[in-house]
Amino acid sequence: MPTPLVVSDVAKSFTMHLRDGIKLPVIASVSFSIKAGECTVLGGPSGAGKSSILKMLYGNYAVDEGQIIVMHDDGLIDLATASPRTVLAIRRQMIGYVSQFLRTVPRVSALDVVAEPLVERSEDRESARGKARALLAQLNLPEKLWALPPATFSGGEQQRVNIARGFITEHPILLLDEPTASLDARNRDVVIELIAAKKAAGVALLGIFHDHDVREAVADRIIDVTAFAPGKIAA
Amino acid sequence: MTDEPLLRVSALSKFYGPRVGCDNVSFDLWPGEVLAVVGESGSGKTTLLNCLSTRLLPSSGTASYRMRDGQFRELYRMSEAERRFLMRTDWGFVHQNPADGLRMTVSAGANVGERLMAVGDRHYGKIRATAVDWLSRVEIDEDRIDDEPRAFSGGMRQRLQIARNLVTGPRLVFMDEPTGGLDVSVQARLLDLLRGLVTDLGLAAIVVTHDLAVARLLSQRMMVMKDGRVVESGLTDRVLDDPRAPYTQLLVSSILQV
Amino acid sequence: MTAQPTDIATYNFAYLDEQTKRMIRRAILKGIAIPGYQVPFASREMPMPYGWGTGGVQVTASIIGPDDVLKVIDQGADDTTNAVSIRAFFKKVANVAVTTETAKATIIQTRHRIPEYPLTAGQVLVYQVPIPEPLRFLEPRETETRKMHALEEYGLMHVKLYEDIARHGRIATTYAYPVKVEGRYVMDPSPTPKFDNPKMHRSPALQLFGAGREKRIYAVPPFTEVVSLDFEDHPFEVQTFDQPCALCAAENVYLDEVILDDHGGHMFVCSDTDHCEKRREEGHRGHLAPETHVAPGNMEPAQ
Repeated sequence: MPTPLVVSDVAKSFTMHLRDGIKLPVIASVSFSIKAGECTVLGGPSGAGKSSILKMLYGNYAVDEGQIIVMHDDGLIDLATASPRTVLAIRRQMIGYVSQFLRTVPRVSALDVVAEPLVERSEDRESARGKARALLAQLNLPEKLWALPPATFSGGEQQRVNIARGFITEHPILLLDEPTASLDARNRDVVIELIAAKKAAGVALLGIFHDHDVREAVADRIIDVTAFAPGKIAA
Repeated sequence: MTDEPLLRVSALSKFYGPRVGCDNVSFDLWPGEVLAVVGESGSGKTTLLNCLSTRLLPSSGTASYRMRDGQFRELYRMSEAERRFLMRTDWGFVHQNPADGLRMTVSAGANVGERLMAVGDRHYGKIRATAVDWLSRVEIDEDRIDDEPRAFSGGMRQRLQIARNLVTGPRLVFMDEPTGGLDVSVQARLLDLLRGLVTDLGLAAIVVTHDLAVARLLSQRMMVMKDGRVVESGLTDRVLDDPRAPYTQLLVSSILQV
Repeated sequence: MTAQPTDIATYNFAYLDEQTKRMIRRAILKGIAIPGYQVPFASREMPMPYGWGTGGVQVTASIIGPDDVLKVIDQGADDTTNAVSIRAFFKKVANVAVTTETAKATIIQTRHRIPEYPLTAGQVLVYQVPIPEPLRFLEPRETETRKMHALEEYGLMHVKLYEDIARHGRIATTYAYPVKVEGRYVMDPSPTPKFDNPKMHRSPALQLFGAGREKRIYAVPPFTEVVSLDFEDHPFEVQTFDQPCALCAAENVYLDEVILDDHGGHMFVCSDTDHCEKRREEGHRGHLAPETHVAPGNMEPAQ
């Protein structure tokens, strides 16, 4: 099994300059790797730093220490020190991300929000929309909503748009930040199917799932984030 | 070729006497990339934009631009004729106030067509057809083509200004607070339009704004300026979600939540 | 008033002092060297108001010599106030011969027409120009228009023509129609009807333009390319008239409308009075020509 992403000795803290520069350590000595065709799950209580790890892997949070090595363009890149331009290229080609909340764009229809990642990868707009339709149908989003901008959708509807947007691409690595949080049982099952399909396609998944059933259904491996609590000596 | 930046800026400074306009700014801009420059009034972002667009000459530093032939040219060593030619062909400049970027007393069609005529188009029918096409791309009805921008609303004027700038297929567009002074729904429409155009045309853009939401929607990269200096730069979402510099943290924490 | 002209002409030939004439001649020479380029000059106060041809008069005063024969026309006519006054002025201050005949004149000062009779080598046509800057109404800043001329940025000129077509379906500019001189400078030919534009092209005569209030002189040397701006699909065209001159039956000349009564009666006659008279002397008759032709002869009253 190829290992497309390796995290070693990563540490992260926040310095709150607006509160006299106090330093809030989040995690330290984070080391793990993920494998193609596997779904790795970050476990641990809220506030343990699971989301922060995902965000660092996506380049959304800066990394204080350590390395995040990603396979990219037949080489290895350290995401922790990569230039913004490289991070963008990695996001385009290697790492996909399904965030907890949909960041809505004014005036853009749900269908185009979902199709956009493909269009940005220079796929033809109509074929991208076709794939978007299929995914939204699979996620049971009522067809009458497709042409509307998702800003006014319910939490569950927005989340499904978000999931479709994240799953539409063929990234070799997919990061999932509680994608099932506001879904009903039926749609949770759809997400489980989607994850299984990604695994079968050889995608390396890394996710956070608070829902016990989903976690049981998808996880090949669980990494306990509490082990990376700052101040602890990593085992 | 594509691995080379479009614009290379190195140690650019502009002083107004003893006062600092912008100080020691360096960055590269690649084709298709949108860079947001944020900061409050007086932070030097507009000075920087004016220097980069050669509307102002810097006190020191260099900026070189990759011309269509692939050769880098030092902007501040070009002749004025070359700079002005660049300005009306390969570049665009979208002003905050559309009246600064439009000819208010000639029709919308002529506003769009002017750049074409400036580069030698001499076929009225073709110029007009191109103007009609661009007006529709910026969502202005064809039947407004012979109206003067004075008769347009603020949002329409701004869209017309954008069409006027993009008609020659520029590779780099400078925007100074492009959505400033517009009400929210008009602003949303304009942002959506700009996003679409930037993606479809593969434009590189440098957008000066004090509105962090505009920066997040439009740009991939961001520079935060304060007192003429760049205090933080990086991926737009990284800077906004994990601000490191004290000033950036202040800016981000000052955003009003709806 | 019979003896005085000679005295004044002797005291200081052609009104202007010699230093001023030298300065203006330099401006003229520079203008000739750079066809179509507006040369600034130190325009003097003249004994007539701005708008009455102070620029043209200064140019004429600087080039006229005792042997010259002067013709002055105003909208084509030799007998209107402006033309008569300026002719009298030069008769007085330079004691030169004057004429109304285009062919006999060596210098023709004109307000807004080019004579119908073809000009020849050796003749000088002096235009009175109110606003020399063709870009003025499109770009109000003089600093900017100078830069546009310097950098040959003339897209704006076509914007004006574009607006014409958009509004009227054709280029509706009928006078002061912009031209490009020798492939370089865009020039305002002064408010002559565009009918006269083709006469400027490769004219054997020297054409000088003086704008007194705006303090600019420009020139088109003999045999210079003068091309009217246009679009490929809307080419430059001159005015055409659907009837000949009512007095001399001339066709393909520029006609003025003359109101005959207060019941809507009107006729179209040659704007070039000299041309019209010549034709009538030759026996041409328009449909409104008087039965017995009163030969106007030399229109110039001999004081």
